[in-house]
Amino acid sequence: MMMLGLGSVGLVLLSLAVQSGHGAQDSAVWSREETTERNYYTRYHNMSEITAWMEQMKRENPDVVSSMVYGQTYERRNITLLKIGLSSTVRKKAIWMDCGIHAREWIAPAFCQYFVREILRTYKTDTKVNEMMKNLDFYITPVLNVDGYIYSWHNESTRLWRKSRSPGTGGCTCYGTDLNRNFYANWGMVGVSTDCCSETYCGTKALSESEAWAVTDMLGKMREDILAFLTIHSYSQLILVPYGHPNISAPNYDELMEVGLGAAKAIKAVHGMDYTVGTSPDVLYANSGSSRDFARLIGIPLSFTFELRDKGEHGFELPEDQIQPTCEEAYAGAQHIITYTHDKAFYSYAATVTATLWTTLLAAWVSSAILL
Amino acid sequence: MGWTLLILLVVLTVVHGNPTVMVRTGSGPTVGFDQHPNSVPLGEDIQTTTEVVEEVMTTGVLNPSHYPARRAATVVQHYLNTRYGSPYRWIFLSTVHSGSAEVGVEVEDQHTLGSVSGQCSAELFFPGGEGQSAPQVQASCEGLHQSNTTAQEEAFYQQHRASNNLVSGNNIPDSYGHMEPSMKPFWQLGGVASSFIMLRESNESTLYNMAQVANFTQLETEKDQLRFNYHVLLHEMISQEIIHWKLLVTWSPEQGVQVLQTELQPKCHHCEAPPNTTN
Repeated sequence: MMMLGLGSVGLVLLSLAVQSGHGAQDSAVWSREETTERNYYTRYHNMSEITAWMEQMKRENPDVVSSMVYGQTYERRNITLLKIGLSSTVRKKAIWMDCGIHAREWIAPAFCQYFVREILRTYKTDTKVNEMMKNLDFYITPVLNVDGYIYSWHNESTRLWRKSRSPGTGGCTCYGTDLNRNFYANWGMVGVSTDCCSETYCGTKALSESEAWAVTDMLGKMREDILAFLTIHSYSQLILVPYGHPNISAPNYDELMEVGLGAAKAIKAVHGMDYTVGTSPDVLYANSGSSRDFARLIGIPLSFTFELRDKGEHGFELPEDQIQPTCEEAYAGAQHIITYTHDKAFYSYAATVTATLWTTLLAAWVSSAILL
Repeated sequence: MGWTLLILLVVLTVVHGNPTVMVRTGSGPTVGFDQHPNSVPLGEDIQTTTEVVEEVMTTGVLNPSHYPARRAATVVQHYLNTRYGSPYRWIFLSTVHSGSAEVGVEVEDQHTLGSVSGQCSAELFFPGGEGQSAPQVQASCEGLHQSNTTAQEEAFYQQHRASNNLVSGNNIPDSYGHMEPSMKPFWQLGGVASSFIMLRESNESTLYNMAQVANFTQLETEKDQLRFNYHVLLHEMISQEIIHWKLLVTWSPEQGVQVLQTELQPKCHHCEAPPNTTN
C-alpha cells in the first residue's frame, strides 16, 4: 500500500537503496579476502582484512611496494605504512599520507586503500603517475590509530570511538587520548580538553601517545625529503590548511590556499561536491596539537587535512555506496596537491638549470663576439 | 553578555521524500518546554525580516565559508525541521552563499539524491550570557513546495496507527551506513525529533548533527498520534562528543512532529574498558 503512494522522487530513492545493497550480504558471494573483485574497494574492511590487503599489495607489486613498521600502538600492535615508488639508486623525495587517526572515520582508511590501488593500477600506463612514481616515494599509512579502529569494529556500541586506547591516568577512569591533539605543535593551547573523558583530551603531555610519537619520529627522520603531508579524516567536506591556532599563520598561507582551492575545484569536477578550504579556526574550529600543524612546523611546505564526506546527514556512518564516489573525488583532490608538489620540485629545478645554462651560453657568445 | 543577530538567506533542499513546505493552520508543531517561536504561517515572516535588515547592516557581512555562517545555517536547518519535518521530510543544507546587497548568507543544498531546492530567509538570535536559552529563529521559505509528501505520510500513518503491529528498530544506520528501506522514515523521524533538542542546545560554539538512531520503539497510538520512544546519538562537532538523548515523540500528518519529553543520558564511563577480545 505504501508502494502505490510513492511519488517519482520516492521511487528514485527506493531503487538507489536497493542497488547499493549491504556490504555484509555481498561478502557471502565474494570472498572478503580477494581484492581482485571490483567491489572490494566499495566496502569497509576491518584491521585484519587491511593487514592482509597490505601483504597482498606487496606480493602483487614487489618491485614498487614495500612495507615498514614504524611504531607500536598502546596495545602493542604494529603501525605499518606502505612505501610505494619505482626503485632508485638515489635518495628520493616523498609524499606522506595517513588515514584513520580517528577511529570512527572509516571512510579515511577506505580512501587510503583506494589511493594505493589507483596508483598501482595506473602507473604503468599513465605517464604522469609513472613520472611521479619515478621521482617520488609515497609513504601511506592506511590505519594509524590501529587500537581505536579495532575497537570501533567491536560492536555497534563502540562504532563511534575516536581516540587512542590508552587508559586514563591520575584517577580518571576513561580511556583514550585524541591523537590529533597530542602532537608537539602548540600542544594544549586551544581546542583541547584536559579531562581524560573528553573526546578532545590532549593527553598528559605532548607525544604521550606512542602513535603520535611514531609519526613524529618518522617525519623527523624524513623531513628534508617530504614535499607534502596529507592526513585524511571525516566528516564535513573540508580541506584544512595550517595552523589550528587562530593567531599563527603559515609563512606560505597564500600558496597553501591556492593549492587547496585548486584541489577543491578538482574535487567538485568529479561529482559536484563542495569542499570548503581554509584554516581550521576559520572554517571549523581552533585546535592545537594536530599532526598537520606539526608537519608544517618542521618545514614540510604543503600540509593539509582532508575532511571527507558527508556534511552531517550520515556523518561517520557513511553508507558503503558512497565509498567509491567519495574516494574518486578525494583522489582527484589529492592528485592535484601531489602534482603541484611534484612539478614545483622537479620542473622548477629543471627550469632553473636550463635558464642558467642559456644565460651562460649567451654570455659566452656575447663576449666571444666582442673579442672578435 | 550580548546578543548576536544574524540574518541568513537560506536556500535549502528537502531530502528523502517529496518536499513540500506546508502551511499549518491552527496548532503547528510545538515543543513542550522552553520558549519557541509561535507558529507563523508562511508569508508573514518576510515582513519581519525586512524590518530588521536596517539594524543589522552595521554588523558586517558573514563570510559564507567561515564557521559562524555554517553554525548559524545549521541552527536554521534544525529550526526548519522542527517546523516542517516529518518521516518523509528531513531538511538539510550544505553550501553557503553570500549576499552582496544585504547582510546575509544564502545557503543552498545540492544534495544529489533527487531532492528539491528551496529558498528560505531567516533571522537568528543567539542569546549570550548566563542561563543560556535556545536560539531564536524566524524564517520564511519559498520554493520548497514542489512536490507533495502528503500521500506517503498518510499511507505511513495509516499503516502504523493500528496498535496490533508496533514497530521497533535499532542502529539506524548501522556501522556500514546501511539501513533497511522500511526503517528510513523512522530514521528521518528521529532526525526531525532530534532537531528539537539540537535547536534548543545550540549556541555560537556548537554544531550538531544526529549521528544515529540507537533504537526506537513504537508505543500505543494515543489521541490519533503515533507515539515512539527514541534513543538518539547526537554528534557535537566542536567538542566532538557523542551525546545520548531519550525522546518521547509523537507524529501525525495533521499535528506534525512533537517532542513531549527529553532525557539526557549520562556518558557511560565504565563502558569504555577494553573488551575481552583478541583481534
